[in-house]
Amino acid sequence: MKQPLSKKRKIYEVLMKALMLLAVGLTAALVLFLLVYVIVKGVPNITWELLSTKPSYLTGRIGILPDILNTLYIVIATLVIVLPLGVGAAIYLTEYASNQRIVSIIEYAAEILSGIPSIIYGLVGMLLFSNNMGTCLMAGALTLVIMNLPTIMRTTQESLKTVPRSYREGAFGLGAGKWRVVRTVVLPGCVDGVITGCILSVGRILGESAALLFTAGFAHAVNGIIEGLASPGATLTVALYVYAKEQGEFGVAFAIAAILMVLTILINFATTTVQKKFAKKRS
Amino acid sequence: MVITNKKSYIKQTTDYNTKLQKKLWYKGSKAQRLEHIVHGIFLLLGLITVGCVLLITIYLFISGIPAILKIGIVDFLFGKEWASTAAEPKYGILPFILTSIYGTAGAVAIGVPVGFMTSVYLSKYASPKVKSAMQSAVGLLAGIPSVVYGLVGMLVLVPGIRKIFNVPDGAGLLAAIIVLAIMILPSIIKMSVTALDAVPKEYEHASLALGATPTETYFRVSVPAAKSGIAAAVVLGVGRAIGEAMAVMMVAGNVPNMPDSLFQSVRFLTTAVSSEMAYSNGLQRQALFSIALVLFLFIMLINAALNFFLKGEGSKSN
Repeated sequence: MKQPLSKKRKIYEVLMKALMLLAVGLTAALVLFLLVYVIVKGVPNITWELLSTKPSYLTGRIGILPDILNTLYIVIATLVIVLPLGVGAAIYLTEYASNQRIVSIIEYAAEILSGIPSIIYGLVGMLLFSNNMGTCLMAGALTLVIMNLPTIMRTTQESLKTVPRSYREGAFGLGAGKWRVVRTVVLPGCVDGVITGCILSVGRILGESAALLFTAGFAHAVNGIIEGLASPGATLTVALYVYAKEQGEFGVAFAIAAILMVLTILINFATTTVQKKFAKKRS
Repeated sequence: MVITNKKSYIKQTTDYNTKLQKKLWYKGSKAQRLEHIVHGIFLLLGLITVGCVLLITIYLFISGIPAILKIGIVDFLFGKEWASTAAEPKYGILPFILTSIYGTAGAVAIGVPVGFMTSVYLSKYASPKVKSAMQSAVGLLAGIPSVVYGLVGMLVLVPGIRKIFNVPDGAGLLAAIIVLAIMILPSIIKMSVTALDAVPKEYEHASLALGATPTETYFRVSVPAAKSGIAAAVVLGVGRAIGEAMAVMMVAGNVPNMPDSLFQSVRFLTTAVSSEMAYSNGLQRQALFSIALVLFLFIMLINAALNFFLKGEGSKSN
């Protein structure tokens, strides 16, 4: 038999429920507002001309083609460098390391790296790379490599842990050396981790601005990839900042914001899809 | 041979294997040398993260210490005035430190209750459909670039504050606090939901069986059981708030005032670095690096706290 609750407990019950619903409603409304506001303000400003030209001081026209290309270049350069480093580190940790102390030191270092704010990366990147090779996209990419190393390492490590021990033992039992086992058994097993890591890193690179402002600069020139990496350039986020804060071109800024918003949604969707797909495959 | 435990057994077999390998077909051969080289390469790759951390720490200390010594540590940390371009420059960063602390505290004061309540609802009440929809919404919130927050803050929040509170300029501490509160929401929600999901169902069943209502159970049994995870979520939020630069730069007004009121135009530690970097030189530039060093030390402190709470979580689940 159910007894009626005392008045105090009833109030507690109702109050807590109300507060929770309020909080959830607030969060949901916030996301919805941001999404709708940015899209509504941004999409009308996206024109083919904006996407396909570079800014010209003569006509006062603004185009974001160079920024799109720069973003693409910096994503490619960062991933090309960070992938071997991150995957290699993860392989060392799960396959080779026998000294528990080294493992915990490396993992602690990765944790520290993922906690450092991007403005500090920007400063150190400026000291380390830009002061030696000049302000250029490559200096920005190298800075982003350090930032994204922990991400790639962690996702690869997680996927390596799911490769069954027996596979490795089977290969060893057949007389394969360690390197051969890593190459033929372990590496194919970490593909899903690498893909997830790549998607997460792309998201992070797209959203990064503080680390790039002082390392990659903010020029708007259309270049090929090699030339582009060697010269300064703004990515989409940096361009957004410059247009909004320094030039007051809010229409262009919102157009870029809308593009970034759509890309963020795509990346989030891709991450969940990949994770679901690989989880299914494994079970 | 008595097998005492699994570890020693594995060690014995691997020892045996290596002995066997040495005896058998590739004794000291090319293949063995290759193995050593590959092992060395992987070790090097593994140590890169450590190298990066050391490099960042050393660089920050080397470039940050000189200005502190020149200005004097007390004048630098507790000086109330920052006038780096004046004829008689003053380099006191107390306004930045206090602004960063107030701003972060404000963001936590708003963001944590909302995030906490949301995560209890998502973890315990929400139907699977609502939960997954809200989780992707929170994921979106986490993925939005900080400049987009800054842009929306500049055009919605700043004019809004100006109108509602009837102040000459809406850009200031309050606007920064609200933007930061929104930006730390996803980290808090994600981590707290994970911690709350991990609470054993038996705890809740026992509480329900004793006659507690679901709400009482969730707040008085599940939440205390997940408290180290939730504490870690809060610390993570603090770390994110104190390190955010671009969004704050766009809404905080950026004048190096002491944070006396909520509507004061202020500068954070992060924005102090980025706002003058482009045109700084000499002692001014060195002082900026010193600010970065102070920020770095704050972050390391927060990291240590985070580690402490996460360790609490780990030892409990074992």
